[in-house]
Amino acid sequence: MSTRSSKGTKFVDCDVLIVGGGMAGCGAAYEARYWGRKLKIVVVEKAHIDRSGAVAMGLSAINCYMGMRWNENKPEDFVRYVRNDLMGIAREDLVYDIARHVDSTVHMFEEWGLPIIYDKDTGRYKREGRWQILIHGESYKPIVAEAAKKAASEVYNRIMVTHLLRDSRRRNRVAGAVGFDVRNGTFYVFRARTVIVSAGGATHVYRPRAVSEGAGRTWYAPWSTGSAYALIIQVGAKMTQMENRLVVTRFKDGYGPVGAWFLALKAIATNVYGEEYERKYVEEQRRLYGNYVDAKPFPTCLRNDAMLREIREGRGPVLIHTERVLDTKEKEELGWEDFLDMTMSQSIVWASLNIDPKTTPSELQTSEPYVMGSHATCSGAWASGPSDISPPGYQWGYNRMTTVEGLFGAGDTIGGSAHKFSSGSFTEGRLAAKSAVAYIMDHPDDLPEIDNSYVARLKEEIFKPMETYEIGRNQIVAGTVSPLYIYARQGVVRLEKIMDEYCAGWGQMYTTNEYQLTRGLELLQMLKSDLQHLAAEDLHQLQRAWELHHRVWTAEAVIRHTLYRKETRWPGYYYRADYPKLDESNWHVFVNSRYDPDTGMWEMSTEPVLQLVP
Amino acid sequence: MPTFVNMSACDGCGKCVEICPSDIMHIDKKIRRAYNIEPDYCWECYSCVKACPQHAIDMRGYADFCPLGHALTVLREPEKGEVSWRVQYRNGAVKQFTFPIRSTPEGSIKPPTEFPLLEADIHSQLLSHEPEYLKVPSLPVLNNVESKGARQ
Repeated sequence: MSTRSSKGTKFVDCDVLIVGGGMAGCGAAYEARYWGRKLKIVVVEKAHIDRSGAVAMGLSAINCYMGMRWNENKPEDFVRYVRNDLMGIAREDLVYDIARHVDSTVHMFEEWGLPIIYDKDTGRYKREGRWQILIHGESYKPIVAEAAKKAASEVYNRIMVTHLLRDSRRRNRVAGAVGFDVRNGTFYVFRARTVIVSAGGATHVYRPRAVSEGAGRTWYAPWSTGSAYALIIQVGAKMTQMENRLVVTRFKDGYGPVGAWFLALKAIATNVYGEEYERKYVEEQRRLYGNYVDAKPFPTCLRNDAMLREIREGRGPVLIHTERVLDTKEKEELGWEDFLDMTMSQSIVWASLNIDPKTTPSELQTSEPYVMGSHATCSGAWASGPSDISPPGYQWGYNRMTTVEGLFGAGDTIGGSAHKFSSGSFTEGRLAAKSAVAYIMDHPDDLPEIDNSYVARLKEEIFKPMETYEIGRNQIVAGTVSPLYIYARQGVVRLEKIMDEYCAGWGQMYTTNEYQLTRGLELLQMLKSDLQHLAAEDLHQLQRAWELHHRVWTAEAVIRHTLYRKETRWPGYYYRADYPKLDESNWHVFVNSRYDPDTGMWEMSTEPVLQLVP
Repeated sequence: MPTFVNMSACDGCGKCVEICPSDIMHIDKKIRRAYNIEPDYCWECYSCVKACPQHAIDMRGYADFCPLGHALTVLREPEKGEVSWRVQYRNGAVKQFTFPIRSTPEGSIKPPTEFPLLEADIHSQLLSHEPEYLKVPSLPVLNNVESKGARQ
């Protein structure tokens, strides 16, 4: 494969550039077209939009639906739930905003053809839990993608976006993005008036529990590579809650979700002696973490904490008693569809181990940590909220705009607002897109300019791993060991080891301290500088190389935030052993960071948590 | 491996390459058939299995934790609006399930431009099709916050 000299460059000019065609990106495309009928709306996706993002394989439930039309819930109820689940820390304006709009999204999905399951007795959607509804979701993503494809001016599949671009004159104004075609190596320069980053959170930042092939079976998708964070951090967007990484309790190895089992089928979990343990440690938890133990439902991280305590005491593994609840054919089908719609691997684990859930319980396990903004966790950009409800400090003009002018985010990109899931992420894409269109209408003459010499340098940098490979491979006979370069895979495992051992991965029972974090940050800096020596044999490896860059930037933010927050706010997600208590008087705040792209320095700060819903 | 391709069935059409979210289904340059180049980045999402016109792709559970002898095979039939699964246990037991996948024909979704623009202005809080699609009379606003109205 020849190197940079033969790569062509393609320029694409557009009004709204949507980076990432998952749920949030599809919502953005639809809404941008609704309001911006004549605008050029471009979606860039590193895979294929029909099956991309976290919903690529399907889902068996929509986890964020209010049911306002049946008076099931009010948005305020949802805010209280999210606030408690995140141990008091939520951008209530953003959470409220998702909640008040999300029903219209779900009703749109149903009209498009997503089969939602009805409760025959009530005539309403069948509830899995208070916020969840059950769907036949095998084709959830292709359905949503069909709408997005019809809305966008152009969809570019198989383009890996590596960097965002800043305006050459106003350095805090976004101007577009660059990337390359994973199939033919064409270099793409997108010049855009507004950019919506709707890319994914991150797996493979932490060492997975699996040891070889099974590394593909992270619970969250292996193609979620932290692009949501790395892209915007590098142009100076302020970030929040990056320390709030997620650990989920799932069926062991297959990582099959537990929601349908606990909520709809009412299965229980016990230790190996048959004892229910979830509330066993409440008084100890109250002593350390305060009155969040009284929240209903019991916060996700505290449930993890109780489970980890049982395991530390030698009473693991924790078992989920599927065998006690599958007493009808309907329930058995519900249980199987839960996995066949969204975690087929769990069905394979059962088949291969001769586990029939009707007769045999399954082991549960806590996952390796993931970095996300859409699940029971809220890492992401510090973003402006809606103008009608956001208090000063939470609002600077355009809903879901980051602190960089013209740069919007949705889904895993936006922080402080957990429990969006698929429907909420799509909804947030809609919110961001309407704002982006408003931004364009308000600034009709504002055409950002890109610095062509910077773009030329970026192009060299982006394709350099292929050149590094070509030069270095001639020095060795064969194989993967070279003193001149490392492969992306080798970099990923180094990253995973650093994060696991120094920043509270599962190998340390999610525990860390200041010394470990400081040392981890030093090791991460060495890895970061070694990224100059990444080698890529082909364009697929070049994609992996840039995914690694994005994972490392994400990890750096996670370490810096974890170091800064001197308390244990989310036990069960991670423990600061040197500050083992939740410290409400000092740390009931958002931890924010900003990387300055002009100086290369990080600045940490805090922002107040404002309670809007009583 | 997790996906593997049956040599005699694959005709190298590349549908799996086109759809794979992880970019790991590639065509072997010598024998012109597809294979999984990076099994440890395979999520077992079945996107390629469902897309393969020759039904040439199947799954073998991850070697780390799945004993041999199992199979999970799928047939996705968009024209019928169904997906069917067959679970083959290591001990020979079999379970079969069929689920709906879509209630409308493929391609039937109306683009947003087929709907008239709401009268609400671009700075209002309403999204497309709201408040109609909320199925409540109006978009909720936080009670204890004085509405500042639209920006500007």
